[in-house]
Amino acid sequence: MKEKNKEPLFHIVKRDALPWYKSLGIRFLAILLALILCGIITTITTGINPLQVYQSIVLGAFGSVRKTWVTFQNIAILLLIALALTPAFKMKFWNIGGEGQVLIGGLVAAASMICLGDKLPNAVVILCMIVASLAAGAIWGFIPAFFKAKWNTNETLSTLMMNYIATQLVAFYTIVWEVPKGSGKIGIINQNTNVGWLPQIFGSKYLLSIVVAVVITIFMYVYLNYSKQGYEISVVGESENTAKYVGIKVEKVIIRTMLLSGALCGLVGLLLVGGINHTVTTTIAGGQGFTAVLVSWMSKFNPLTMVFSSFLIIFMNRGASEISTNFGLNHSYSDILTGIILFFIIGCEFFITYRLQFRKKAEKEEQ
Amino acid sequence: MKKKVVSLLAAMALAVTALAGCGSNNAATTGTDAATVAATTEAAATTEAAGEAVSGVKAGFIFLHDENSTYDLNFLNGAKAACEKLGIEYMTKTNIPEGQEAYEAACELADAGCNFIFADSFGHEDYIIEAAKEYPDVQFSHATGTKAHTEGLDNFHNAFASIYDGRYLAGIVAGMKLNEMIANGDITEDQAKMGYVGAYTYAEVMSGYTSFFLGARSVCPSVTMDVTFTGSWYDETAEKEAANKLIEGGCVLISQHADSMGAPTACETAGVPNVSYNGSTEAACPNTFLVSSRVNWEPYFEYAIKCVADGTPINTDWCGTLETGSVELSDLGAAVAEGTAEAVEAAKADLIAGKTHVYDITTFTVDGKTLDSYEADIDTDPDYTPDHEVVSDGYFHESDVAFRSAPYFNVRIDGINLLDEQY
Repeated sequence: MKEKNKEPLFHIVKRDALPWYKSLGIRFLAILLALILCGIITTITTGINPLQVYQSIVLGAFGSVRKTWVTFQNIAILLLIALALTPAFKMKFWNIGGEGQVLIGGLVAAASMICLGDKLPNAVVILCMIVASLAAGAIWGFIPAFFKAKWNTNETLSTLMMNYIATQLVAFYTIVWEVPKGSGKIGIINQNTNVGWLPQIFGSKYLLSIVVAVVITIFMYVYLNYSKQGYEISVVGESENTAKYVGIKVEKVIIRTMLLSGALCGLVGLLLVGGINHTVTTTIAGGQGFTAVLVSWMSKFNPLTMVFSSFLIIFMNRGASEISTNFGLNHSYSDILTGIILFFIIGCEFFITYRLQFRKKAEKEEQ
Repeated sequence: MKKKVVSLLAAMALAVTALAGCGSNNAATTGTDAATVAATTEAAATTEAAGEAVSGVKAGFIFLHDENSTYDLNFLNGAKAACEKLGIEYMTKTNIPEGQEAYEAACELADAGCNFIFADSFGHEDYIIEAAKEYPDVQFSHATGTKAHTEGLDNFHNAFASIYDGRYLAGIVAGMKLNEMIANGDITEDQAKMGYVGAYTYAEVMSGYTSFFLGARSVCPSVTMDVTFTGSWYDETAEKEAANKLIEGGCVLISQHADSMGAPTACETAGVPNVSYNGSTEAACPNTFLVSSRVNWEPYFEYAIKCVADGTPINTDWCGTLETGSVELSDLGAAVAEGTAEAVEAAKADLIAGKTHVYDITTFTVDGKTLDSYEADIDTDPDYTPDHEVVSDGYFHESDVAFRSAPYFNVRIDGINLLDEQY
């Protein structure tokens, strides 16, 4: 037997940076494939025409003026959380506490509305809410950052645990403030007086979050790319030792960045409670604190790319739930579709970073 | 090249036709598809469609969960049955959380042309009110809500049913079973302790377990009851654990007011008789299922839809009864004691005739005293201020539409032991 060094069918090679249109093309292809697979699966399992399915996806997100507004509002919220988490991630600080930071921001906003609603004028209440939400979010970010900076504790665990504390606090205060007694829900706060409701701009109840998201996107883009602090964040993220060597105070950067990250999450809590739901529940963040991690990473921490990632996730999400409503399918079905789509989107990142090199025919013949 | 263009055009034409086609009959498909699903999940009472058809109404229904929740399935079936009977178009939205999404869902239904919109979950109420303010020409109804009579909106209504009557009758079934267990020597009279898995210490739950208990005690005088709360309307694990805890604590019969299959399956595993809610669980629990009470929403839906069709106002508060067919008991399970059916029929006739009242103040005491007078918190406010006297003519007037349709009985009577009440 001849000893033969067998070459595998293919191997994986890291790509050089791809030109933007190619990487965009790969992503586009991934979404297309995901949609085709979703269509096939839907047709096989339910017998529904796949064209109808695609149409429902689009109509679910943009079927009416109201749906379009809601879609953009949801994009704004997800985008804002992703933007808030990004400076921390860029610093290689694993802030998976977005959920808790949003919740605690929402909780103090609700607290201000409930406790100050009939004592102070509306404008003052709203001011209190803004300050309190930003501060509460910042504190929720500060605690893990402080422990990380001082004693190098594991921030993945501590930010995660802070989520549970926030959820339990909300659950506790839900019982304290429940109306009517025993019902386990707070309901719309100040429904008749509208005290503490964030103002509608240009007569639209959906626009505020969108405007805030646009402003924060631009701010974050400039902050990360063109400011000294943004540069410090990058250096700390690349190598703490380098940062120390060039005289950056790493502890200070960690704490400062997490204060910012937490405060922005608190801002989202404020928007959710004061601007959108006008109540607080343990599920008000709806897991978006975690989805935002995905958005941030998928976009490689680029705020502008995040706009598209958030759009994609919300679009598919709303489309999938429209499918489940329109065709009388179970809600879990839309989760399956969302899962397939996310699988492809995340999977395509692999092909953007690496390429498969197949065994060449010529080499094979030589042997 | 030419071939490519042709095929491209053909594909586009196809897409456009599909779009146009679906745009127009989208809503109709919605109704029928949802109907098919509901039909496969449970064969609801099919009634002849002819005769009662109305026109000019399109109904929209908002559900907290989907058909996997016994609570929502009960509404889904009622909605389907009523709409098919009256021959109207309808749309459903499932899995709508108790937040701004409920408002959006209601508005989307209104935008889609629905002129009667119904939401099934307690926490939807505030958001439906917001939608009602925005769409004054659309009639909104909400089950279990408390605010219609104080909100002052012409197009927002509450509805519920005297489910305490049904619970009371189910309690009689439970009491008969306990009697049988005592007679067989399985338990002594003192061991006749029931367990109850509740969601929250909310009036609807308290009214429910109290009427169930009073029903049981009307046939089995030595009965006592432990109640525990899960802090959620739907939490299968918590409900299962709660039932197991009660069984370990010596409860020989379990009932529940929470929407999952958690408690019934725990009972089936442990071999403990179970009185269910919202629909029969006999298929899943053949050995332990006794009976289930439920609100049949079809009469209300028919009533409200006819009102919309005729242009007559819907009652601000509507409370279905045994007589309207809104309160129902399921078929009895195989495990019930002998003579149960007759006892239930007799008690039901007495309730309908007004000979007996569930909350007759001579049948229970509070801290050892008779409840001669009770001020209930009828008008919802954050301070829970009691505002109406609800005891008169020798009984507690629960869900009386003179006050409101949603339950307000939150009295803690002697004989019932709350194990925890943090919720």
